[in-house]
Amino acid sequence: MSFLQQKSKIIDWMKKNLFGSWINAIITCLFAIIIIFIAKAVLKFIFVTAKWDVIPANLKILMVGQYTASEVWRVWLSLSVAVFLLGVLWGVKRGVIKTVSFTIVAIFAIILLLPFTSIATKIWAAVQILLTFAGFWMGNKFSFVKRYHLAGWLISVPVILILLNGVGNMKDVNSNLWGGFLLTVLIAVVDIVFSFPLGILLALGRRSKLVVVRWFSIIYIEVIRGVPLITVLFAAQLLLPLFLGNGLELNNVLRVMIGFTLFNAAYVAETVRGGMQIIPQGQYEAAQALGLNYVQRMTFVIMPQALRSVVPALVGSVIEVFKDTSLVAIVSLMDLLGIAKRVVANPQFLGRQMEVFLFVAAIFFVICTVMSKISKHMEISSSYGKN
Amino acid sequence: MATEKEAIISAGNEESIIVCKDVNKWFGSHHVLRGVSLEVKRGEVIVIIGPSGSGKSTFIRTINALEEIQKGEITVNGIRLSDNVSDIEAIRKETGMVFQQFNLFPHMTILDNLTLAPIWVRKWPKSKAEKIALELLERVGIHDQAKKYPGQLSGGQQQRVAIARTLAMQPEIILFDEPTSALDPEMIKEVLDVMKTLAGSDKTLVVVTHEMKFAQEVADRVLFFDGGNIVESGPPAQIFENPEHDRTKLFLSQILK
Repeated sequence: MSFLQQKSKIIDWMKKNLFGSWINAIITCLFAIIIIFIAKAVLKFIFVTAKWDVIPANLKILMVGQYTASEVWRVWLSLSVAVFLLGVLWGVKRGVIKTVSFTIVAIFAIILLLPFTSIATKIWAAVQILLTFAGFWMGNKFSFVKRYHLAGWLISVPVILILLNGVGNMKDVNSNLWGGFLLTVLIAVVDIVFSFPLGILLALGRRSKLVVVRWFSIIYIEVIRGVPLITVLFAAQLLLPLFLGNGLELNNVLRVMIGFTLFNAAYVAETVRGGMQIIPQGQYEAAQALGLNYVQRMTFVIMPQALRSVVPALVGSVIEVFKDTSLVAIVSLMDLLGIAKRVVANPQFLGRQMEVFLFVAAIFFVICTVMSKISKHMEISSSYGKN
Repeated sequence: MATEKEAIISAGNEESIIVCKDVNKWFGSHHVLRGVSLEVKRGEVIVIIGPSGSGKSTFIRTINALEEIQKGEITVNGIRLSDNVSDIEAIRKETGMVFQQFNLFPHMTILDNLTLAPIWVRKWPKSKAEKIALELLERVGIHDQAKKYPGQLSGGQQQRVAIARTLAMQPEIILFDEPTSALDPEMIKEVLDVMKTLAGSDKTLVVVTHEMKFAQEVADRVLFFDGGNIVESGPPAQIFENPEHDRTKLFLSQILK
């Protein structure tokens, strides 16, 4: 297509959509002025006024909070485990995971190329990129990796938590010191990993023929859905130690994670139940008639269909959880946003809230966008036989 | 107690593979099955006909416990049907069912549809289950579609897959619940042809259908169902040419017009 053709096409489009009538033309001009005004101010701020040095100066604390500086390699190592598994997943599944992997690689490439990052950071970033591709290669090549990669994800969560906390000869890094982006991600991941199975069990429980199980599920779901997340977090903070007695002391972070998981499980349960309700009765009957028992019917026939139909809603709840992690501030934990507030409060960086909050917003935006892209893709590929 | 159990088992091994005695079922206050009694011999082909709403589908669904009964007793292959889950599962293992709406699992390939139950219920190794599945698909004439999904097949092909899925469990009994009622007319024949070859095998078939020609050709015994019970039963020649009851005559005159 020649340049002129392209140009006339654009003009056609504008005529049709922007200047279709007098009123449209006026609205278009009005909004154009407003947009130009805002864009000018924003761009001027980003490229001229803003003093971005506040970000590199506080990058470590924004990312990992008070985590002992000499032990930050453990965070990197945990990240390595995760990106390697992601690479494997990319090699096994392809599709949208490719986009996700490229996004991750791009982020590490940016870290690698930024002028102000330290040598150690650059080396670690390079390692992450290499591991992503190594994972891809292995997931592509070896069939045993293909078979067991999902188990890898399940094992990795406790392994990473133990690694971060310190084990054996390693220096103990109390979870009270965890903070920033690290804490945000950890809470979100633990919540998602544990609330999904719990939510599925609750959904099954709510449809169970056993009266006690059904009523327990109903009461649990309705009570949790009837109270705000903050209440549940407070309850986890204050009541869990009470229930568990003196013998077992849970630290702050763990209590918050339990609170989040218990809260989100109720919502997952309702979403999954919605998915189960649209499965035709014939599917249950066909599975019964073949002689499959309850667990087999649910595992192989009902849940795969029910979950697939509610993927968009489930990813939506994942995004929500990710954003809700900011609420941990009320139980005096410092997530990414909490740390940002603290940085801003530092007299050394007075008046830099715009820079810091824009940076935080950008991180949330990138991650939430990637997640909603995954959900869109899964929506499309869930029409059977067409993926 | 033991003698009673022995008696039931020996009855199962002998001639009758399905024994129903005074089967009663209510949907709320609606009395759907009114004391149905029936004995089916091993290898027999039974065709049940009757007006819609007469309870014939409900009746065959009680045989593999998809519908609970409130009164009466059912013994299948020597196992007395009860609330006991393991009894129910043991009966379902030997009793396949083909549905009006096929009810294939849409998220699995054709091959996986066929191998799921043999692998998990019969505990066969995957290779054996797949070998038998492919043979069955060949028999019903859709060997080349094994890797496709149900949604990519026509209704007639789906129903043949559903029959193959039932056969993959190698059941003693197969129940057909109006297997051709949801099909386009030009696809009915291909499904009936598969069913006819089955009727020639040693399997016990209980077929609910409106295909009178099929009933005349393959049935050992035809049951006419109305008002929640068997009104008349006998070999097809007798039922179709020389019915005793007025209700049977009326039904046949309407349907064979």
